[in-house]
Amino acid sequence: MTITDSPPSGEAPPGPRGRVVRRRASGDTERGFSRIFRWIATGAGALILAVLAAVALFLIARGWPAITATPAELADSVPRYPDDTSLVAYVGPLVFGTLLAAVLALLLATPVGMGIALFISHYAPRRLAQGLGYLVDLLAAIPSVIYGLWGFLVLAPVLKPVWFWLGENASWFPLFAGKVSATGKSIATVAVVLAVMVLPIITAVSREVFLQTPKLHEEAALALGATRWEMVRTAVLPFGRSGVISAAMLGLGRALGETMAVLMILSPGFTYSLHLLEAGNHQTIAAYIANDFPEASGLAVNTLIATGLALFVITLAVNMLARWIVARRKEFSGAN
Amino acid sequence: MVGALALTLAACAPANESTGDATGDETTDGGMSLSGELSGGGASTQEVAMEAWRATFQSENPDATVNYDPIGSGGGRENFTSGAFPFAGSDAALDDDEMAAAEAICGEGSVLEYPAYISPIAVAFNLEGVDELNLSPETIAKVFKGDITKWNDKAIAADNEGVDLPDTDITVVHRSDDSGTTENFTSYLNTVVPDVWDFEVEGVWPVEGQESAQGTSGVVNAAEAGDGTITYADASQVAGLGTIAVGVGDDFVPYSAEAAAAVVEQSPRVEGTADTVFVYDLQRDLAGTYPIVLVSYQMACATYEDEATAALVKGFLGHVMSEEGQQEASDQAGSAPISSALIGEIAPEIEAITAG
Amino acid sequence: MNTTISAAEAMQQTKEMLTASGQRRKNVDRMMTVVIWFCFALALAPLVSLLWTVLGNGIGRMSIDFLTLSMRNVFPGDPGGGIYHAIVGTLIITGFAALISVPVGVLTAIYLVEYGRGPLARAVTFFVDVMTGIPSIVAGLFVVALFTLILGPGARIGVMGAVALSVLMIPVVVRSSEEMLKLVPNELREASYALGVPKWLTILRVVLRTSVAGLTTGVLLAVARVIGETAPLLIAVGVTDSFNVNPFDGRMMTLPVFAYREYSQGNAPCREGDLGCVTDIAFQNAWGAALTLIAIVMLLNIVGRLVNRWFAPKLR
Repeated sequence: MTITDSPPSGEAPPGPRGRVVRRRASGDTERGFSRIFRWIATGAGALILAVLAAVALFLIARGWPAITATPAELADSVPRYPDDTSLVAYVGPLVFGTLLAAVLALLLATPVGMGIALFISHYAPRRLAQGLGYLVDLLAAIPSVIYGLWGFLVLAPVLKPVWFWLGENASWFPLFAGKVSATGKSIATVAVVLAVMVLPIITAVSREVFLQTPKLHEEAALALGATRWEMVRTAVLPFGRSGVISAAMLGLGRALGETMAVLMILSPGFTYSLHLLEAGNHQTIAAYIANDFPEASGLAVNTLIATGLALFVITLAVNMLARWIVARRKEFSGAN
Repeated sequence: MVGALALTLAACAPANESTGDATGDETTDGGMSLSGELSGGGASTQEVAMEAWRATFQSENPDATVNYDPIGSGGGRENFTSGAFPFAGSDAALDDDEMAAAEAICGEGSVLEYPAYISPIAVAFNLEGVDELNLSPETIAKVFKGDITKWNDKAIAADNEGVDLPDTDITVVHRSDDSGTTENFTSYLNTVVPDVWDFEVEGVWPVEGQESAQGTSGVVNAAEAGDGTITYADASQVAGLGTIAVGVGDDFVPYSAEAAAAVVEQSPRVEGTADTVFVYDLQRDLAGTYPIVLVSYQMACATYEDEATAALVKGFLGHVMSEEGQQEASDQAGSAPISSALIGEIAPEIEAITAG
Repeated sequence: MNTTISAAEAMQQTKEMLTASGQRRKNVDRMMTVVIWFCFALALAPLVSLLWTVLGNGIGRMSIDFLTLSMRNVFPGDPGGGIYHAIVGTLIITGFAALISVPVGVLTAIYLVEYGRGPLARAVTFFVDVMTGIPSIVAGLFVVALFTLILGPGARIGVMGAVALSVLMIPVVVRSSEEMLKLVPNELREASYALGVPKWLTILRVVLRTSVAGLTTGVLLAVARVIGETAPLLIAVGVTDSFNVNPFDGRMMTLPVFAYREYSQGNAPCREGDLGCVTDIAFQNAWGAALTLIAIVMLLNIVGRLVNRWFAPKLR
């Protein structure tokens, strides 16, 4: 039996790789069930592509009438649609709002999530670590409807004084300018709730990766006289980097597509405003679809699905960017 | 195998549900009880009333199950006109295109459409120390448009002598979703004070940059969360808030179910439709009525291909459009019962639903 | 975090770091310890607040009746009835979703890590990420469109919800499983091959066994991700007050949909003097359902962890 390949990530653990990777040209080294198993696994991958293609096809087919319609037709059948606006100009603020909320959430959640992951993997007392990790996982178990209720009924009143304070004392900073929302239903509150929602995802994946740091690397660092933080910085973080980026991307996926929590908390509006504390300025695509779908009919449904297509494209773009970042930094992997 | 599993699991049915072996038992009125499953859906305004109607209907017909998906008026109309829902609820009547599509499903001239749920829309506010206020339509329009920004504004004070009004900012909270409530409220403002409220009447709120929330409970919660907020919502939901008596002519009329039902009773029926289509052109300025009302329609076919469906639709909607059914909705959902005269016109059309 | 440096720079940096003054390094170390503890405390705050809110609002509604009755024939404002039908619906629909997603997801991860090369593997890796960005409501709409093609309009059955949830769940399973499989040291695989074990057995017995803890965590996260979905289930499965265990026929209720609908209903308008009517019963029902949902997920987590402990080989 020969091994056919090393893992595709370029992070293969040290070993005499060159000598082991030895493939026969035809690939007929796999006999019997090995071959069937390969087909099953490949089939699963292909199935995912098929499903995604079907979803994309559905989005394009149902969104197409809106994409090809004239602004006048759209203004006629979509209640919110302003006159003389192209579909791109209409969807633009939604794309902006979606990205703004998700990026803010990720900015808040990624450092904290890594901190928690490190805490569980390297700082917490051994005996407690697993239980504590479980506690954080619980955050992921809470349905988004509950996040919506909690964010609106509990968190918003707590944050309101903070936002008012910022609005009074830091309004020179463009993000905190403008009239502070009297109910706390602003994108700032949404970002905090989204950050809490993506935290367990980022934590869980980072934690598992940090825990897998080769013990030898850690011990080598400590043997050289490194403090615990230096060990983390030189051995754990570089090893876990691709995992952390992966985790952040998973979190971003959730933040971009989150519907109910945003729907229940945010006072929506359609502008490119950067005033995070103001109500009625921002809206995310997912919440927009959920908000308007129930009453939509005809071309309005097509328009909603066209915005769904836009979210799809955003995710595509974000992932391309992430892949590019990971690929660019591949040449130095701390693990090897 | 899955079927067998389902059967085994069905034995774990909760105690408040019959297991289905009591077929053919007599109902209280002596007829055979209905059985089967009927699933419709649409406007979420009718959801609570539907809960009451279904509970009574299912109690009388233990083998029948009625479901109502609160997916929104648009969803209700779309599913009805595509034949997915045998009956639907909607805050707006079918438009011409939808009526054509519905006739393609039901048959020419055999679409049934009638008001089933009438509810006053309250203008409600949250202002410390104030429980009731009088406001003229013009002031209401200016407040919601954002022209009046303080609670102690002259226009508000003029209608409310002796009320101590604080110097609080007014925060308007509107529905963020496309809703029949918004459409009826803006239609009222547009009819009564068109020179102030110069927006098109639509289901989405026309003023930008204000606070908003999704659904009735959303706006009510948002209004409760801030001081100096004002909103509009189905009157049955505003218990925790102050409400406004609306100026009609020279009087100020607080919301009440009777005053709201009177609007539909005194408004003319839209002409040029089939006999089975009861759609009303609401009049917003009739003396003695509470002018801001929401009328939610139900739609069904006069004939169904399937006998069981026809019987269930007839039985269930017949219950909805009966004196008891309307009283039930009024008790349980706070709606305005539809007048006996109107029931007398609509009920026979439902009674005439047939299969074939 | 130093991530943008070359190997030579890193070595240089490490040298400098280790030869720097001891006191400063100790201070930095201490500071980072505090920061990391603080991060953890920061995450606990919303968790405690959330659980406290749900527990405080939901516990009052908990009773045997609430857990064993359905909402059939319950009038608005009536404090009777329960969420049994929604509990059963959630378990069945999520169970079917997991039944679809876990094999597909884990097999895809295996494909990517063990076999994947060439354009197909690259496409799968990339598009799995894209798939995480499908908004849940779009998944619901897609499934309704799909099943309308198969079953005609008006079909609302439990399996539709399960398929919609699978669309959301599969990418999460793939992504986390892939990460976990990658972490299995190649030495283990090589040792297995050297002993003449065929590849598929190596994957099943060595790779999956080694990573089972991580895989379980990933799957549990994915289940948690979808068990609380509302929008797609409302569209694809509809709502019902009655008990239904057959995912291939008829509507089903689920806990998140139930919680959301009860919240949306708001206060019941009780007549004065009607003692059988509780004004805020709908909110109580919503919180009660939320509490039950969280309890179910906690239970699943505990079970998953026990399974882990029994089956996972000790790596260290």
